[in-house]
Amino acid sequence: ARARALRKRTQTLLKEYKERDKSNVFTDKRFGEYNSNISPEEKMMKRFALEQQRQHEKKNIYNLNEDEELTHYGQSLADIEKHNDIVDSDSDAEERGALSAELTAAHFGGGPQLLDRKTTQDGEEENKPKSRKELIEELIAKSKQEKRERQAQREDALELTEKLDQDWKEIQTLLSHKTPKSEKREKKEKPKPDTYDMMVRELGFEMKAQPSNRMKTEEELAKEEQERLKKLEAERLRRMLAKDEDENVKKPKHISADDLNDGFILDKDDRHMLSYKDGKMNIEENVQEEQSREAGGRDSEEEEDQDESSEDEGEGERGEAHTESDGADSHADLESDRESDGEDEKPEEEQQQPPGKRLTRDHQKTRKAASSELPYTFAAPESYEELRALLSGRSAAEQLLVVERIQKCNHPSLAAGNKAKLEKLFGFLLEYIGDLAMNDPPDLQVIDKLVVQLYNLCQMFPETASDSIKFVLRDAMHDMEEMLEAKGRTVFPGLDVLIYLKITGLLFPTSDFWHPVVTPALVCMSQLLTKCPVLTLPDVVKGLFVCCLFLDYVALSRRFIPELINFLLGILYIATPNKQSQGFTPVHPFRALAKNSELLLVSDTAAAAAWQGGGLSLRWASGHSALPLAEANHARLSCVAVCLALLRRCVLLYSPLPSFRAISRPLRVLLTEHLAGSGHPPQLQELSRSILAEMETQKQLYRPLVCEKSKPVPLKLFTPRLVKVLEFGRKQGSSREEQDRRRLVHRHKREFKGAVREIRKDNQFLARMQLSEMMERDAERKRKVKQLFNSLATQEGEWKALKRKKFKK
Amino acid sequence: MEPERGPAAAGARPDLGGLLRAVLASRGRANSVFDILAVLQSEDPEEIQEAVRTCGRLFGALLERRELFVGQLPPEDTVRAGTQGAVCKYKVWMRHRYHSCCNRLQELLAHPAFQVKEQALRVLMTFVQLEGAQPLEKAQWEGHYLFPHSLFRVVVGGLLSSEEDQSLLISQFCQYLEHDDIRYHTMQAAAATTAKVTTQQPEASLTFWNNAFTLLSAVSLPSQDGEVTSFYVKHTELSNKWKVTHLKEHRKAFQAMWLCFLKHKLPLSLYKKVLLVMHDSILPHLAQPTLMIDFLTSACDVGGAISLLALNGLFILIHKHNLEYPDFYRKLYGLLDPSIFHVKYRARFFHLADLFLSSSHLPAYLVAAFAKRLAHLALTAPPEALLMVLPFICNLLRRHPACRVLVHRPQGLELDADPYDPMEEDPAKSQALESCLWELQTLQQHYHPEVSKAASVINQVLSVPEVSIAPLLELTAYEIFERDLKKKGPESVPLEFIPAQGLLGRQDDLCAQLFTLS
Repeated sequence: ARARALRKRTQTLLKEYKERDKSNVFTDKRFGEYNSNISPEEKMMKRFALEQQRQHEKKNIYNLNEDEELTHYGQSLADIEKHNDIVDSDSDAEERGALSAELTAAHFGGGPQLLDRKTTQDGEEENKPKSRKELIEELIAKSKQEKRERQAQREDALELTEKLDQDWKEIQTLLSHKTPKSEKREKKEKPKPDTYDMMVRELGFEMKAQPSNRMKTEEELAKEEQERLKKLEAERLRRMLAKDEDENVKKPKHISADDLNDGFILDKDDRHMLSYKDGKMNIEENVQEEQSREAGGRDSEEEEDQDESSEDEGEGERGEAHTESDGADSHADLESDRESDGEDEKPEEEQQQPPGKRLTRDHQKTRKAASSELPYTFAAPESYEELRALLSGRSAAEQLLVVERIQKCNHPSLAAGNKAKLEKLFGFLLEYIGDLAMNDPPDLQVIDKLVVQLYNLCQMFPETASDSIKFVLRDAMHDMEEMLEAKGRTVFPGLDVLIYLKITGLLFPTSDFWHPVVTPALVCMSQLLTKCPVLTLPDVVKGLFVCCLFLDYVALSRRFIPELINFLLGILYIATPNKQSQGFTPVHPFRALAKNSELLLVSDTAAAAAWQGGGLSLRWASGHSALPLAEANHARLSCVAVCLALLRRCVLLYSPLPSFRAISRPLRVLLTEHLAGSGHPPQLQELSRSILAEMETQKQLYRPLVCEKSKPVPLKLFTPRLVKVLEFGRKQGSSREEQDRRRLVHRHKREFKGAVREIRKDNQFLARMQLSEMMERDAERKRKVKQLFNSLATQEGEWKALKRKKFKK
Repeated sequence: MEPERGPAAAGARPDLGGLLRAVLASRGRANSVFDILAVLQSEDPEEIQEAVRTCGRLFGALLERRELFVGQLPPEDTVRAGTQGAVCKYKVWMRHRYHSCCNRLQELLAHPAFQVKEQALRVLMTFVQLEGAQPLEKAQWEGHYLFPHSLFRVVVGGLLSSEEDQSLLISQFCQYLEHDDIRYHTMQAAAATTAKVTTQQPEASLTFWNNAFTLLSAVSLPSQDGEVTSFYVKHTELSNKWKVTHLKEHRKAFQAMWLCFLKHKLPLSLYKKVLLVMHDSILPHLAQPTLMIDFLTSACDVGGAISLLALNGLFILIHKHNLEYPDFYRKLYGLLDPSIFHVKYRARFFHLADLFLSSSHLPAYLVAAFAKRLAHLALTAPPEALLMVLPFICNLLRRHPACRVLVHRPQGLELDADPYDPMEEDPAKSQALESCLWELQTLQQHYHPEVSKAASVINQVLSVPEVSIAPLLELTAYEIFERDLKKKGPESVPLEFIPAQGLLGRQDDLCAQLFTLS
């Protein structure tokens, strides 16, 4: 071992030591030079392959066509074809193969055998060996001559290409008599960019023809759509039951409803316009069909669309002609909005037709009506105030249009920063909606329209949308919590929170077992129903709206909501005249015999008779102005009606639950009492009776509970438990991580010691080497000194001998 | 001896220092005391403060110099007419001034400005200290313990005002309560004052009760029997014969004070406050805790939150002092109603209920009744309460294997109705053991995922170790909300695939059917 270590040191360290003052190092990078396993032929093959590969890698990665460069005599065929740009270096490369032997021989001396062979060859050819000087002169002359020839050739080639250019230009003017406008404009702007480049690029564009997919038939589209919906529904069910949560974890990503699975989130709008581009203005009334159209047309149209948008960009400033067309389509939008007011089915489809894509429409007809009020492009608002300034004071349709245009002008495919801008827009819109809801009276119609936009934005940016919604919900909850802590009770929040909750239900699937946005929203609603005492009529309306939302949320998942039942029973309780009921005690936030306990009582029989039914208006919830008496009575009756309707829904929803009877017992008590002693209109009585009848029909048996069979517990085993003992002594008896850590520390210590030892040995070795060197040097010096002394002695001796001779003489 | 009326308020302030020096320098200038006392009547709070400070220094110095008359104080007029020496007359006269000063300071304890109150209290307490050291009474025998009772009663009387909320001042007073003698005498004085006020006017004002409670709850006895050494009034030597030096006497005084306080009819809010501190700051310090039985049982019969709070004290009495209370569990059972999940003391109640039901010697029917009752109530509970009560029920089943039939009855027959009677008040007759916890099965359909999971525990055989409910007791809906918000799903946010058409949704949605926008 010692000998081996020494040998290794001599191989490495000593070498380094000897080369310590040298700065340049020779590294042999030839492939497999020191690999004795490979035969020389193989080695050569591999080297060639490697070289090819390296060359290949250098190619432009975007250039898919040219997989490999074809060569002829080691020269690129493409280069040969080019002719026009022959450069010196190229020709050098060309001749390198032929001349190399001679050149190397002449310039660098070459290898001895090579030179030998050359000379022998020369000798054979000319039978007269030339001297080295002659040879070199000859070489120089040759190369000079060649250079001259090459120059002449290149000049010729240049002349030829120029001539060709001229010819082509003549032909080209004939070919393209319809030069595009953009070309012209560009020419005006930039005097002469580089005509040749432009032409090449143009040719490239012209030659590309896109293969297109076959258009799908209606049946196919319908079938596809059906399948898509089926898949989405299955997905929804899976999330609702939360059966395979583990599986979920493994799944990389939820595929959203509109995801194309191409990593690109495309706005719906763009998909539409293409189906209209052909000039067929057939507008389907059916949303279903429209959806299927999107689904089908998507693939083929996408690319075209992008091309167009890029062209749009290229055009730069918008000329006058553009303004006209924009004006036209803006009007079209207005028109469509007007239509949308009338019909319920159309609006989405109509509104989603973006401006700028209806250029093919008849301009003349619409131009005269182009409204001058609205600008056509909007910068995306950077702050909420900006958005507010943009929208405030406009009519509902105009507001919608503005929002739409902001979206269009900042579509994420148009510029890099647009995505962030639109993401912000979602938050601002949400805030704006909250403000609208808090207005007096609330602008519910506008909100109604803006919701569609929100939905679209949400489909584009699910993460941001969910974050924004979470933010507003947290705000609302925070306010409530603060009030709860300060006063011990809280009040119903404004209409905005309710609207936010509703929007949450529209944007996200509410039937999921767990959902990052919907679950907090459910908790928020639960808070509203348990913590806010009902003091006024608007409170009742708000509470009922929350109940309604709650039931809508669980309509598909059919989940049980205790608070909701409590609340509805409480509402019914405050609408019941005789309070001496025995079987029912109201639950928080309602209290027996509180001052609000007769809030919903209608004493006026005339008002009861005049009541027509109908929906409950959300305006009443804002409660800015007190209602006149008659209207208040109507509102009360409507509240009771809604409450009964909701209860009926609950009864239908929860009748399969095992303890349905326990849940519905107080309801039965209250309803019978309600029927007995109230002068309510016949509709309400009918409703109550139907609920009671519904409950009667639900007969169920109580089946005793049984646990699922669990795996039998394995018998106790009496074989000794084996514990892996890693090291003896005090290191036992700790956790696995601790052991691992200790082992690592130990190993580190050992390695460290080893390294120190190695370094020490290295140093010793070096010292030994230096010592031996010094010894050698000393020995040399001694030897030399001795020699000198010797010579001196002999000299002296000689001199003395001479002297003695002289003396003798 | 006609006092010179001092200059008007504006000029008074600079004079005070001079006057003080003059009075202290020579007895001839004693009449200036009137000037100082006159400023005490001033309107300006700052002047009053100045005057109070001056008075403190003046009489403090006089007390130290023993220039006040010692012993039973004769009336001023008789002394003036009498034949005592001039020095004696001066002392009696000065003592009278001292009295009027103290009376004025007591009035100032009810002054609207807090600084004035505080200043007056401080000066009064200095007087108490000095008077204790140099008693104004004659000691009846050697080593007689003397304390300025009358003066101190004046202070406590000022603190227990019937008109004004003195809680801030009482919190200032707390620093003196650290001294054992002050604490002892405070307890005595408080009891006496309470008795006096309630005899004067049977319906004492709420303010008085609040003040009394604040003061009483500020008194806290040392828990272990240490030496009583920390005295506010400095004594040269302590005698074992003094009552103040024994902790036992302190306890007696403490007990007397609280009993005196609690025997009256208290306002409801105060009831709750007393019950809240009962178990850890009153009961342990009483000489005879069993004396509280009457109070606690009557509180337990009040119903609602108060009986809930009384349970704690009652439990301590049952547990540590061998109180026999036969209907305890029935009463506890009766307390379970739907409001239990909504009251403020929910956490405390369930903590106690957990404690009460922790015994493994309870009969199975009782535990089953509790479990069934709680499950029944859970059908009306909000999620934050459910997350706590579901593990609670499961813990009950774990503790009492005989009750497992509630969730596992393999040979049971199908029933027409639930045998359990929720209206029955006696747990023994509720037939809970024949029922099953269908309520938990229902709650597996709860909208909140965690509740649903918690309720699904009964589908499997229950695990042996109990789940600690301590961290769940204080859970609020807001915390659940925050937790849900922070939770990150494994996948991106799923989206609704049915496009929105308007605020109220599609036609078949409930919202669209029942509500309109206009």
